[in-house]
This record gives sequence, C-alpha cells and structure tokens, in this order.
Amino acid sequence: MKNNERTRKNIIIEKRASVSPIITISITLISIVMALIFVSVFLFAKGYHPVEIYQMMFTRAFISKYGLTETVIKAIPLMLAGLGISIAFRMLLWNIGAEGQIYMGAFAASGIALAFPDLPRIVLLPAMLLAGFVMGGLWALVAAIPRALWKVNETITTLMLNYIAILWVSYLVFGPWKDPQGFNFPLTREFSEGAAYPLLFGTRVHFGIIIALLVALVLYVVLNYTRWGYEIRVIGESESAARYAGMNVMRNILLVMFLSGGLAGMAGMGEVAGVAHRLQAGVSPGYGYTAIIVAWLGKLNPWVIVLIAFLFGGLTVGASAVQSVGLPAATSVMIQGAILFFVLGADIFMRYRISFNRKREEG
Amino acid sequence: MGKDVLIDMRHITKRFPGVVANDQVTFKVQAGEVHALLGENGAGKSTLMSILSGLYRPDEGEIVIRGKRVTLKSPRSAIDHGIGMIHQHFKLITPFTVAENIALGSLDQSFKLDMKKIEQKVAEFSQKFGLHVDPQAKIWQLSIGEQQRVEIIKVLYQGADILILDEPTAVLTPQEVEELFVTVRKMAKEGKAVVIITHKLHEVMNISDRITILRKGKTIRTVAKGEVDTQELTQMMLNREVKTEIHRKPVPKGKAVLTLDKVSALGDKGLKALDDVSLTVREGEILGIAGVAGNGQRELTEVITGLRMATSGKVLIDDQDMTNQSPRMIIDAGVSHVPEDRMGMGLIPNMDVTNNIILKDYRRGSLGKGLLLPLNKAREMAENIVRNFDVKTPSVDTPVRLLSGGNLQKLLLAREIAENPRLIVTSYPIRGLDVGATESIYNLLLHQREQGRAILLIAEDLDTIMKISDRVAVLFKGKVMGLEDTDQATIDDVGAMMLGESPLEGREA
Ligand SMILES: Nc1ncnc2c1ncn2[C@@H]1O[C@H](COP(=O)(O)OP(=O)(O)OP(=O)(O)O)[C@@H](O)[C@H]1O
Ligand SMILES: [Mg+2]
Repeated sequence: MKNNERTRKNIIIEKRASVSPIITISITLISIVMALIFVSVFLFAKGYHPVEIYQMMFTRAFISKYGLTETVIKAIPLMLAGLGISIAFRMLLWNIGAEGQIYMGAFAASGIALAFPDLPRIVLLPAMLLAGFVMGGLWALVAAIPRALWKVNETITTLMLNYIAILWVSYLVFGPWKDPQGFNFPLTREFSEGAAYPLLFGTRVHFGIIIALLVALVLYVVLNYTRWGYEIRVIGESESAARYAGMNVMRNILLVMFLSGGLAGMAGMGEVAGVAHRLQAGVSPGYGYTAIIVAWLGKLNPWVIVLIAFLFGGLTVGASAVQSVGLPAATSVMIQGAILFFVLGADIFMRYRISFNRKREEG
Repeated sequence: MGKDVLIDMRHITKRFPGVVANDQVTFKVQAGEVHALLGENGAGKSTLMSILSGLYRPDEGEIVIRGKRVTLKSPRSAIDHGIGMIHQHFKLITPFTVAENIALGSLDQSFKLDMKKIEQKVAEFSQKFGLHVDPQAKIWQLSIGEQQRVEIIKVLYQGADILILDEPTAVLTPQEVEELFVTVRKMAKEGKAVVIITHKLHEVMNISDRITILRKGKTIRTVAKGEVDTQELTQMMLNREVKTEIHRKPVPKGKAVLTLDKVSALGDKGLKALDDVSLTVREGEILGIAGVAGNGQRELTEVITGLRMATSGKVLIDDQDMTNQSPRMIIDAGVSHVPEDRMGMGLIPNMDVTNNIILKDYRRGSLGKGLLLPLNKAREMAENIVRNFDVKTPSVDTPVRLLSGGNLQKLLLAREIAENPRLIVTSYPIRGLDVGATESIYNLLLHQREQGRAILLIAEDLDTIMKISDRVAVLFKGKVMGLEDTDQATIDDVGAMMLGESPLEGREA
C-alpha cells in the first residue's frame, strides 16, 4: 500500500489530565506579572518609567495611612460582591449582575434610611442592611427564576438587569428622591446620624469591613462544613448526580442566586451607609464588574477573595495617585483588564496543553 | 498474515501515589492480530493502554513502534504513530452531532469543518467495517453501541491502524457485541492491529488471536489462543481457582415491596419508552429484567426512583403511592439505586471517595445531626465501606475518577447496599467486573436477598439473570413480554421473548 503523505502544521489542543495546585498558583502569579509588563509598554510609550509608576501606585495604596484607608474602603464592596459572585460560580451560575444588585441594595437601604430617619442606629442600620440584602437578592432572582424554570441563560439576563437597576437609581435621584435643597444635584437628602455606619480606628474605614469579614467567615464555614455547602458543591460538579441523590437542584439555584445577589446588595448598602451617606447616581463606579474579576481570581476560597479584593482596592487607589503625573485614573481599569485577560488566558494553559507539530496525513 | 511487530513495549513501569500500576511490563502487538489484554480489576490494563495511547508517560521503560523507539508525549503524538484508544468512558460531546465530534478529534490548521469529507469518510468506514451510524445525529440521541461506533470512527478518521478498545463489550448488548466483533475482524483483516480489554473469557476465546495476562501490574504471559482454555486463563489471572457456583437458597417471600401498575413513560426522545408495565417485587426476591438494552430498562429504573415522570399508572413502594414523587421521598422510602451511568449519575468523578460515599447519607443517620456536617464521621464511614467491600483505592481522599473501572463499580454498589435499603434497583451490576469480583457481587446480592430485601436486577447477560433471580421479566419495546419463574423458564424461552415473541408463540415454534 502506498500512502500519499502530506505534512501539515497543526495546532494541537489537549486537555491536561490533572492540574497541580503549584501550577495553578504559579501560573496565576506569572500572569499578573505579565499583565504589569504588558501595561508598562503603554506607560513607556507615553514617556513614563513603568517601575516608577508602579512604585508610586504601591506606595500610595499600601504605605500611607490615607491610602491604606482608601484601599480598605474600596475593598469592602469588592469583598462582599466578590463573595456573592463566587458562590454562584460554585454552582456554575454566572452572575454578571452584581453591579445592578449593588444599586438595588443601595436603593432599598436608602429607602429605609430616608423613610425612618429618626429610628435609633441599632434598629435602623440592621433594617437597612436587611433591606439591601433582600432587594439585591430579589434582583438576582429576577434572572434566577427563568434560569431555574426554563434554563434561560443567566449571564445575559443578569447583565441586562444591571442597566435597569442603574437607570432606576438615576431616575430616583434625578426625580422623586432629589434633595430639594440640593442645588439640583442628582442626590438624595443626606441620611440621619442613625443611618451611618460607625467609623473604625479613628479613620474613614467604616463598619462594613467587619460585616465583609464576617460574611467571608460564615461562607467559609457554610461551604466547607455544612450539609448545604456539600449540596452546593455536588450540584456544581454534577447536576444529574445531585438530582439522583435527591437534592433539590431548582431550589438551590434560587437560593444561591438570592444569596449571591443579597451579598452584592449588602455591598450597595455599605456604600450609602458608610461612604456617601446618601443615594446618588454613581453609587458604584463598577465595583460589581471588578468583583467578577476578584471572584474569578479568588476561585472558590473566601479568604483568597478577601485578599484579592484588598489588592484590587489598592489598585484603584494607586491609580488615583498617578493622576498627579498626568496619567488618567482609568489606568487602574486598564491594569485590571490586563490582569483578567492574562489570567483567563493562563487558565487555558492550565487546563490544556497546546503544542505545534507536524502531522502525517493520508490523502 | 503479517507477522511484523507493530508495537513493542519494554519494561514499562508506572507508579501512582500508593500503587505501582505497571511493573516492568512487556507487551508486543503484531500487525493483523486481535490481542486480548486480560487481568483482574486494578491489574493495570487501562494504565498500560493509556501509556500506549499517550495519556500517561511511563516512569521507566521504552516503547518501540514499527521498529523505532518513540516518546509518546500526548494522545496526539500517539495518533501520529497510528495508535488510537477508545476509553472505558466515552469522551464524546453529547450536544454535538456525530460529524462534529469526529471533526473535533482532528482539528487541523484551517479550523474549517469540511463536513462533506467527514460524511464521505463515515460512509466509507461504515461500508468497509460495518460501522453504521448517521453522521447528522446528535450524540445524546444515540444508543451506547452507536456512540462506541462513533468513537471508533473518530480514531479511524484520525488515521489509526492500531486500535485499543478498553472494555468495549461491557456496555453492549449481545447483538452489538457480535457486530463489534465483525468490525474488529474486518479491521484485523485489513492489517490493522486491535488490542481489546475484556473480563469475559468467552469473548476472549471468541475474538482474540493472542492473549496477554497481567496480574498486579506484572506481565504473567502472552499466549496464543489455541494453547489455553478459560480455566487456565483464570488461574493465570487470579493465581487461584474460582468456583463460580451460585447457591440460591430458598428464601421465604414476604410482602410486595415494589408494585408497578400499568406504568407508562416517555423516553428522552419524547417517544413512549414504557408501555403499561406491571410488576411486583417481594421481600426476599430478586426479579431479573431481561431484554436487549434500549427497550425501556433505563426508563424503568428512572420511573421507580423518581427521576422520570410516569405518564400514567402507579408506582407503589410498600403499599405507599410513590408515583412521580421526588427522588428524595423515594430514597427516604428505602429505595437504593445503582444507575447505569456510573460516572455521570451515580458518582461524582472529581470528588473524593468520602464525598461520594456520603452522597445520600449526608443528610440522614449519624451524618444528619447537628449544625455542621461531621466530616470525621463521614471519613470513618467511607473507610469502613472501603474495607468491608474490598474497594481498592489509595485512600478515601482519592478522587474517584482515579479508581480502576471495577473498583468504581464496587464503590457504587457498596454505597447503595450499605444503606440497608428496602428495595435495590440495580442496573448491570457486574459490568466491568473481573471473575472474582463478579462472584462477590453475586454473593452480595444474594445475601441481601436473604436479608429480606427486594431486588430489581437489570442485566443483559441471560446467564446471570437465570442464575441469581427468582423470577425473570422480559422487556421488549417498553412492554413486559412475559414473567416467569427462573426455575421453570429456559434460557431459550427468555431469549425468544427478548426478540419480541410472546411466551406462547415462543413455545409453539
Ligand atoms: N491517575 C491515577 N492516579 C492514581 N492511581 C491510579 C490512576 N490510574 C490508575 N490508578 C491505579 O492504578 C491501578 C491500576 O488501574 P487500572 O485502571 O490500570 O486497572 P485496570 O486493570 O484497568 O482495572 P479495571 O479492570 O477495574 O478497569 C489501580 O489501583 C488504580 O487505582
Ligand atoms: Mg480499566
């Protein structure tokens, strides 16, 4: 038999049999470094010395007291929303709607604060927190119900709901809830004393940090050591095994999405109660989106998510420092984007082996 | 007949944490032969073949292909040397069509799908080797036998002339096995080499030219089929005699545990899969369900366990109406279920042994109490089950996807039996088990029967059914063709019913 042999270059993509944790961690670190190098090309092209810029960012974000305070303040919503997103990820539910859930949480908490300004703090704050949680959760349910019943893709619905939530808050602060004494700015009245989170350590860091850390702790315990956490893990691995074992998959989809949205809603509450003390159009400058990256990088460990949220908070604060030398604050968004890009790219390398080779082909 | 050695594996050693899966194994395959690889569960057969197909790298030893020493870095490089493997668990993408799956297996630089070419090739293979399958069909619509054909076509399309089939017959009906063997013979005739792993000795004697026996990771011998009989093979495999004698002690039958009354249900494709099925299984009784796979067996087990809706009729468990109740209610009523799809449904491949053992128990018994899930108790429970049922695993923290095929099977059955159920619904319980393990599973089931449990046993192998069941029912196109006492019916009667003849006609003919 004679074969017509042709050689052709082939790109070959194969799944790796297994991924060791060392590979995971080192590839993640490498991709962060690659992202920084990638961004430094732009910095360099604009005539900046990248190392100096990074140093400047780092110093501002983590060394000065003022900077560190800001970093923590920015990390709080990232933690809460990131934790929320990550539990949904665990069940392979792609909640892209944290931003909207933050807005709805902020809206509900503000509603309570404005309606009952005279309640004592001990009553008012928990009521606001609860309202934020429930409202964020309900907002996520709007996408979760069609997902659970008819398998409507939640990635798209949660994303679309963001725009509705943001516009709803805009409508309120430009319209019915606008502060009559506010010189026509799109803001509500300032909240009463009782609606403000206490500040800690004599800094601007508010009580939300305690809430966020508590949530991380509770989630860690729930996911790893409870029956419900076990169910979540099983459903995330195999829906048909879960069903076979008698788990109620539909109810868990709804519960997890509610919780996921609820945590984002708590983040929104924290922003109005701890930072702005009023509802305004830009309650969140995109925390809900950054939190997706945080959740992805933190994979499924709540403590890693807390840490990454802190780093990303620092990134935002650091970027504001470099404005003094003429770089836009959007630098941080660029770095975030680059990190996500490289980490996602690295994920492919982690799970697949890619090679180029020549293949014998019979023609 | 070419006698050229295509493959020569020399002194292959492969270690996994806690086990030496292959220990200085030597293995040779010639062109044009069908070579059977035989050995107990966990003997290292799949591992050896995974090395040959580039999935694992050996720790020691060398592989010579067509006289050239090679390093197989990946399945792709194995394919480049003409080696293709069809695994114990298929790796097809179920929402995709046959043609798309074949295309995925051979992405080349253009990244363009040349569907015409693929369909042409599929037609060619189906003609040449008897591999009939519709290239347009979606994988999930295909029977297991058809999916297997797709896997074979996939590797043929990639240009393989050395085919490795890892327990291909375990999931097939007797007819499908015959068809597969026809294909295998045709391929061997074309000069291709076929390595086949199976635990069924009569298949080995039927299809193979030569046989290599592995025991505990070591090569015992390679023999020509003519030189041995099945007893000698068993002896070499196990290093002991196995008497496959089964004693079905008379056990008093108690009250009905499972009653199906005119149950009908739809299959995945929306067609009627169960048609007015009525059955009873009593305490202390094994009811065997015979029938060619795909005649409603899976739907039957799913309707009983609440995983599929009955469109009409009644399912009673211990006289309680359980029709279309949730799987949870039915589990709590004491129904155990060993499903056909072990990796997709019965077990969670990425989770460890402990987490798989507690899949149903996490919410009841000693694990169901307290705020937190008592992980140390769960571990203890897993360790007990692994010990009592002789499941071979490095530890209870090992992900179950790393267990050998037979041990997976044992683990699943052990979990379902350990719960002291009222009713055990089990599909193909000895699929993929070696002679020794088969025996112990039979005894386990019989022991359960003596404890007064009711057992519904689905199996394709008539010998099995006739040996261990008290009664046998035949499913044909979703209908019960006949229900007989195994002491009275003959294998021929049942065989005829499996092909759709009603018992009376069968007798007359
Ligand atoms: N990836 C792996 N990691 C760790 N251990 C493994 C791995 N693959 C196989 N083993 C172990 O190696 C041994 C041989 O397994 P292998 O799958 O080759 O057995 P087998 O002969 O195919 O058995 P069976 O007939 O049950 O399929 C078993 O003890 C198994 O648990
Ligand atoms: Mg095997």
